[in-house]
Amino acid sequence: MESSVPCAATVSDGIAAAGLPAMRPRRRLRGLTLLALVLALLPLGFVNDYVADVAVLIALNAIVCVGLNLLIGYAGQISLGHAGFFGLGAYGSALLATHAGVPPLAALLAATALVGVLAALVGGPILRLKGHYLAMATLGLGIIVSIVITTEDRLTGGPDGMAVPPLTIAGFVVQGERAWYWILAGCLLAAVWLAQNLIASPTGRALRALHTSEVAAELAGVDSARHKLIVFVISALFAAFAGGLAAFHAGFVTPAKASFLHSIELVTMVVFGGMASTFGAVVGAAVLTLLPQLLTALKDYEMVVFGALLMATMIFFPRGIVPTLSALWQRWRR
Amino acid sequence: MTTLVVRELGCSFGGVHAVAGLSFEIAPGTVHSIIGPNGAGKTTLLNLLTGVYVPTSGSIRFGAHELTGQPPHRYAAAGIARTFQNLQIFFNMSALENVMTGRHRLERTGLLAAMLHTPRLARAEAECRERALEWLRFLELGDAAERDADTLPYGALKRLEIARALAGEPQLLLLDEPAAGLNPSEALGIAALIRRVAATGTTVVLVEHNMRLVMEVSDHILVLDHGKRLAEGSAEQIRSDARVIEAYLGAASEAHAAGEASADA
Repeated sequence: MESSVPCAATVSDGIAAAGLPAMRPRRRLRGLTLLALVLALLPLGFVNDYVADVAVLIALNAIVCVGLNLLIGYAGQISLGHAGFFGLGAYGSALLATHAGVPPLAALLAATALVGVLAALVGGPILRLKGHYLAMATLGLGIIVSIVITTEDRLTGGPDGMAVPPLTIAGFVVQGERAWYWILAGCLLAAVWLAQNLIASPTGRALRALHTSEVAAELAGVDSARHKLIVFVISALFAAFAGGLAAFHAGFVTPAKASFLHSIELVTMVVFGGMASTFGAVVGAAVLTLLPQLLTALKDYEMVVFGALLMATMIFFPRGIVPTLSALWQRWRR
Repeated sequence: MTTLVVRELGCSFGGVHAVAGLSFEIAPGTVHSIIGPNGAGKTTLLNLLTGVYVPTSGSIRFGAHELTGQPPHRYAAAGIARTFQNLQIFFNMSALENVMTGRHRLERTGLLAAMLHTPRLARAEAECRERALEWLRFLELGDAAERDADTLPYGALKRLEIARALAGEPQLLLLDEPAAGLNPSEALGIAALIRRVAATGTTVVLVEHNMRLVMEVSDHILVLDHGKRLAEGSAEQIRSDARVIEAYLGAASEAHAAGEASADA
């Protein structure tokens, strides 16, 4: 098998190894245009609310994954606790909107900002750790958040979850799956645009540099601790924002959103779609959100087939779907 | 013009004194070589001079910058750049991006400007790209600019590291065995390069085993043995110094063999 797959890598090797070079400006805009086109045409396939609902879920996961990919794929720092930030964004928005009487949109933004502050405070000590130790620390962080949400039942409703008021923008209540879809499509496009701009900037180069050689990055003038913190906070902001949107969209939020399992799902989407590839993160989120929906037809065998597909993908697409396919495409064109 | 001043520098690992009580100054615009038998503490010294290791005693000052105990990026900010004996290339980037990253200490755009890709950032990026290309051409890597770093041969990667270091427009450039693993004609190229860099006013500190190269380009040589200063002076003085010859007697055949090995490569 090794011979048929060049540079076959395990998931953790993929994290340590490098990704694709940052895209040239024109290719970047081309990708963004393509994504916009897909997002614009997708509603043609919305035969019912269920399909639109799945599309909304995909967009929510994709926004988190685009941010998480900056941290994991580009900067090479693992997090097994990002569902914690997602959950905090969701519950923060819900609590501010219900208990504090903050207008929903303001609650969403305030909760996102608060999670950013929290990530900045926690990130300082945590990000001194490397590799498996960082994985453990972020895992712990996610679990603490999850436990707090579950046990503070007077505020959060505990394991039963809590209701969330509808989102209003400029006096209009966001209603219906199609409206939600357009909002999230816009947010996803913005997320991808921001992430790609960041990667193509000096900060993005610094992140990619400290991924491969922290000492060489430092000696180019990169304050590696500061850059790790920056990308950690940005990825937490993306997750919290998506979490808040998810809460308003569902009208209800449960601790499962902040669970360890959800953190693992998010990391899996990033690795599956392709490390250090923003579109990889989107594709990973899309495929791994869609697949379980399609596989429900298999009933008892659903998880077995799902697991087998995951393993097969990582064996045959060791760098993730998008980087492996784009490398093949490059070679074929040459 | 900035002088590097090192006072009573010491660094020990457990009970081993890798560098002990070392004091010297490096005058601006000169080529300053650090030589010594294997294990003399040369690479440890380079790591101390770039903040990779924190000294256990003594101080490092570069012009107005007190750098003792600071992290490496402060050394970079003060204008010190280096290459590595074992290459530290950013293999997830193109050659051009490697060199652009070398200019990080000169970047002045904020995070928000980066995420919004403001026109000012776009201009700064275009400028950075142009300068990086110039440095690539300076190192005869112009054709390799768009190639992924992991597709380049060893000799090109050695030069790419130098291009990346120079791109930051440092006042002091530390080269850790730039000729190691290169063939004689490539080594000659390095000698010419060092002279060109020094001619622009950049101070060069060279750690190298290739004695021909060292003797050819150095204004000043510091000889280390067991982490201490054995001798210091011009190439002529060092060549005829009895202590140096003695320290190298055991190592002489080895250095000779190394020279032959690199000639074979």
